[in-house]
Formats: sequence, C-alpha cells, structure tokens
Amino acid sequence: MKGAGLLALGLSMVAFSGAIGGNAAISQLPTVNDVAVLGGMPRALSEFGFFSDMREQSGSHDVIPYRLNTPLYSDGADKLRFVYTPAGESFTADGDGLLQFPVGSALIKTFAFGEGDKRQLIETRVLLHRADGWLALPYRWNEEQTEARLALAGARIPVTRPDGSQISYRIPNKNQCKTCHSKDGEVVPIGPKARNLSADWLALSEQTGELASIPQVERRLPLWEQRDEVSLDAAARAYLDVNCAHCHQPGGGASNSGLDLRWEQDDPHAIGIRKPPVAAGRGAGGHAVSILPGKPDASIMVHRMNSIEPGVAMPELGKGTIDPEGLDIVSRWIAEMGQ
Amino acid sequence: MLKFSTAVLALASASSLAAATHDIAPGEGAQERLQEALILAEPGDEIVLAEGRYVLTDGLSLDVDNVTVRGAGMNASVLDFTTQQGAGEGLLVTSDNVTLRDFAVENAKGDGIKSKGADQIVYHALRVEWTNGPDAGNGAYGIYPVEASNILVQDSYVRGASDAGIYVGQSEDIIVRRNRVVENVAGIEIENSNRAEVTENLATKNTGGILVFDLPALPKVGGGQVLVARNAVIDNNTDNFAPEGNIVAGVPSGTGVMVMANKGVQVLDNALVNNSTSHVMMVAYTQAFDDERYEPRPVDVVVRGNIYGSGGNAPDFEGGQFLAAAFGGALPPVLTDGLHQNLSVEDAVPVVSLGLTEVGQPFTQAQPQLVQPAADGAIAALPAVVLPAEMEARLK
Repeated sequence: MKGAGLLALGLSMVAFSGAIGGNAAISQLPTVNDVAVLGGMPRALSEFGFFSDMREQSGSHDVIPYRLNTPLYSDGADKLRFVYTPAGESFTADGDGLLQFPVGSALIKTFAFGEGDKRQLIETRVLLHRADGWLALPYRWNEEQTEARLALAGARIPVTRPDGSQISYRIPNKNQCKTCHSKDGEVVPIGPKARNLSADWLALSEQTGELASIPQVERRLPLWEQRDEVSLDAAARAYLDVNCAHCHQPGGGASNSGLDLRWEQDDPHAIGIRKPPVAAGRGAGGHAVSILPGKPDASIMVHRMNSIEPGVAMPELGKGTIDPEGLDIVSRWIAEMGQ
Repeated sequence: MLKFSTAVLALASASSLAAATHDIAPGEGAQERLQEALILAEPGDEIVLAEGRYVLTDGLSLDVDNVTVRGAGMNASVLDFTTQQGAGEGLLVTSDNVTLRDFAVENAKGDGIKSKGADQIVYHALRVEWTNGPDAGNGAYGIYPVEASNILVQDSYVRGASDAGIYVGQSEDIIVRRNRVVENVAGIEIENSNRAEVTENLATKNTGGILVFDLPALPKVGGGQVLVARNAVIDNNTDNFAPEGNIVAGVPSGTGVMVMANKGVQVLDNALVNNSTSHVMMVAYTQAFDDERYEPRPVDVVVRGNIYGSGGNAPDFEGGQFLAAAFGGALPPVLTDGLHQNLSVEDAVPVVSLGLTEVGQPFTQAQPQLVQPAADGAIAALPAVVLPAEMEARLK
C-alpha cells in the first residue's frame, strides 16, 4: 500500500536531498501531470509538475529522491535524482540489476553547481517511460532559475564552478542522451540498479509500497565517498561500471570495441587487461593495450580518462573536464596489479 | 458541406504524411538548427544543407530511420568541425535506411562520419577530409560504418585519416566502390566483415592502399568473402602516421593490398603501381590471442589478373632492404609470410615467402624463398554482393 509511509521516506531523504519540505502534508503536495509523462514533448519542465518547488527542487507527490552509491562524473556537477511512479503503481527489482519501472514512470536528474542560495541549476534530464519505450529529454534552466526549457539540440554554456574554475559545460542533445542510454537499440535507464542503491533506500521504498519487494544484492557498489575503505579493485570496478559500462558492454554504444567494463564481468581481457585497441585511433596515445598491469602511464584507459580532447577523451559525452578522483582510483588500481 | 470537409481533412492528412524537406543554411546557430532538424525529422524526410560552411562546435547525430541528408556538393556544403569541443565523431548515425550525400565533413576531432548498427546506409559523393594532410593528431576514420548489414559507400573522397579513410567493421553485405582515398594511413580497410566488394577505387599516397583484416576477441570475428577488384592502388608510400597501439600502426609504408587472417579473399584485376614494400601481402595475425572462434591465417586467397608496375624497392620492415638486395633490388610483387592456407597466385609474377611455419613466429626467423602457391582445389568465384534494390533506387 503505497503512500502511507511516504512522509517517513521523504524525511529520511532530507540528509542527502536537502530539499524535501518535511512538514508539508502529503495531501497538499501537487501531483505529477501524467499526461505529459505519457505523451508529447513538453517545451517546459514545469509542465510535468515533477516539483512542488522548482527552484528548491522539492518533489511533488510520489516524486522520490534517491542517490547512487557510486555516481557518474559530470564535470563535478551535483546531481539531484528523483524517481516518479504513477499513483497505485510500484517498481520491481530484477536481481541486483536495473529496477523495472512501470509505464508512466519518470526518472528526473537535475545538474547543479554550488550550494544554498548560490546553487545554480544548469539542466534537468528526464527519462519518461512511455508505452513505446523510454524517451530521454534535456531541459535547460533559465538564468532566473524559474523554469527549464526543452533543449532538443543541446547547448554549450559557460559555467563557473564553486572552486572558481571556468568550464564550457555541454548539455547533451536528445540523440546524445540515447547514445549513453541505449542497449540493443532501446533506450534504458542506467543508474538505478539495485546493486548501486543503498539497502536502506530499497528497504524504505519497499515499506512505502514504491518497491514491490527487496532484491538480494550480493555485491553492492561501494559508496564513492568511502572508496578508501574498500579494496582498490572494488572502487575502480565500481567507477568503471558507472562511468564507462553504459557504452562498453555487449549491446552498448561501444560494443564494437570488445571492451566490457560491467561490474559483473570477470574476464581480464574483456575489462581491458592486455587488450589491444580496435578503433581507438589517436585515442590510443601510443600505448599498446587498454590496461598494462603495473603501468597506468602505459595504459590507454588512463590516457583517455586523462584527456579532455575530443577524439581522445573518454567518456566521449558529458565530460568537459578530467575527473581527478576517478583518474586517481583507476591509476592506483592498475599500478597495484603489477605487484 | 460534409463532403467538402471530408475532402479537406483527407488533404490535410495526406500532406502531413508526405515527406518534408528541412532546409538548413550556414550561419548563426547552425549547430542547433541542424541538430534540431536531425532530431525532429520524420521517416521519409530530407534535410538539405545549403551551400556554405557550417561552423560546428559539437558532434551531430541522426537517429531517425529513412532520412536523407543532402548537401549541394562535396565541395559546396561543408560541415566544419575545426573548432569541435565535444563528441567522438563529426556525424553519428544510429538509424536504418539513411542516405548521406553531397556534403563534406572537415577536421573532425575524432572520426569523420560514423554509423553504428545502421542498416541499409548509403554514403554517396561525400568528402571527409583533414585539411592539414597526414598528421597523427587527425581523427581515426573518415567514413566509418560498423556493426551493420547492407552498406554502400561510393563516389566519395577521404584524405588525412590517421587510421583508415574508409573503414567498414564487424558488418556484412558491403559495397565500397569508385571512391578516392588519399593520404590516409590505410586507404580502405575491411575488418571482421563478411561479403564485401571493394571495387574501382583509387587508393593513392596512403601508407597502405587496401587492407582486409580479421582480429580476434571482438563481438564479431571470422571475416571473409571479400573481393578486391579493379582498383588502382598506386604510390602508397606515405610514412605510417598512425598513433602507436593501433593495428594499422604496424602496416609498412609501401603496402598495396594487405590481407591479414580472413577466409576467402580474392584480389582480382587491380592495377598495382609503385608500392615500395609490396603490392600484395598476406600475413597471419602475429599477436597472442585467446579466442576459439578465431583463424589467424589467411585462408582461400586468390590473386589473379592484376597489373603490376614497379615496386618493392624499399621494403619498410626490419631487414627489408637486405631482402630486396638479395632479389636484385626489389622484392617480388606478391609476399606471404608463409602461413597462408590454400593460396592461389595465378599471376605470372614471382612470389616471395618469408617461410614462417608457426603463427606468432617472429619475422627475424624468416627463411625467405620464392614459392609458387597453388590451391588444393579450384577456389570458386565469390558470389556477388547484392544490396536491396531500394538502396540504389534512392540515388536515382
């Protein structure tokens, strides 16, 4: 029975969303516009009614925040994630893999820099589960931070990050959304896999009726901020799974590379160890293999993570800056292999 | 009155179903206007690029079936990616039944035009060029269809690719014809693919003219049934400028046609002129591999009806000069590492074998000798590659 425990769930999310109106009575929360989720291409984000307060990013009724244990790096942007399932519906688990959302559901992700009053919302990407499959749409926030408009063709905008650095931030176009989100030609969500969600969140979702039943997860991806407390192997493989495997897996956008960086892949060659490149071009950087154990500086994987040059840089999309934390973990993981 | 309304309704619905033309002109906002047209196009639509130079900062992509992108000519409508800041290619196509014709892609930071999983694609009269010529900093592939069936690449021009000008990978039913590939590392490369015809192309000033490769440990292995016929493969002596690590970085400068692994390759009726290492070379894959599906040796290869000009006078591999000297100053026009299976060289030219006996054996152990390779039995002609008739009809 969904709804009864919703307030409790919402309150428990405050810790990391910082955005839930904890004392708002549920009945007063606005509801999502299911018609907009199910059809058309709304020009404005507000048309969906996902938020009770757009600027504050407070979810409407049945719009539940979540986080991923290990997230995708997006030029250091903070990401506010929400899942919406229609009234009376719930999502189900598929082992430790991707949660299965009913038609009418939506995944919402807002990219932002800065905190508090200084927080600047850049874009919100929505994944809408429609009768004919998932649709990915990007919305760009206006300067007044009152509305986000559909940006089908994407955009490139200058952003000043909290540390003062200036970057050219790329909002992907609709096709580029699909480039990462396609598996066997179909658009699918990437993030909300049971193994990359906390046990607490899954348990709460089950209590509130959002989740049909709690799945068994044998090996959970580590919390990224606690990566130093787990093995380098676990941290690096989690990072590669989340940042690379949406393309680098069978049926993914880079399937022809033969590189498979999924968490569950245990064939050393498939994850790049001593694997020669196929179509890397100058991305190979003069190196012979993706991973040369003990030699991060002679590994194509590190070379490409350490570049922002199109044609060399990996990931190809959604990255305009190098991720120092990811680079550090993967480099140390490869160095450790030599010992 | 009722009748009239029905007629109007019928008209309205007919026009909304008819293919639309989206006219795009260069200038302010070209990136967004063109990309939006590529997204909003409906199947059957045509996107027309007016003459001029389109300055682009990010990769473009098309994901709608049955769309034509047409320019005013390969020198008239130019997609200029010199200032590209993101994405791995200039234009990416991921939908079926697409026609790309009569425009240019210049200076893409990664690949020029890539199509992945895009069946029945036609590349016609395109120019993909890195305008600074050979440079390791150029993008890898010019025209790059991969993981698809029914591919036609014709009447196009590719220059400056740091890997292959035209690269077809992990695909089947392929025709590559009447193209000009100039100053790339590999002019044309067919890799891990089946049923391909590479005909009537001009491959010149590349490091290697035409390569037919099969590599292990990819989703699709076991390439073969590749016809290389009636091509002009001339003067492919450009220093190899591929970044190390890539398989083509090992291609000697001066290579005409090179076959590595593959089952069923026929090299027929080509003009092979002034390729200073070898006009036709057959080798096994040399690196270690762990793939039960994979045959590392070239099998069932026919070399027949070719015209051989000068060449072989400056073999670009270790000990090559000594070998050439031993043969009177130039290597014979056809070279095998000795590991071929069922090779039939029917041309009246000498064939040199490096005399290797095991896959992976280093070239330093070569025992060069002249050989006269003949097949165990007659090798049948390859069946013609037949693409769906509607693909050619689109170009009429």
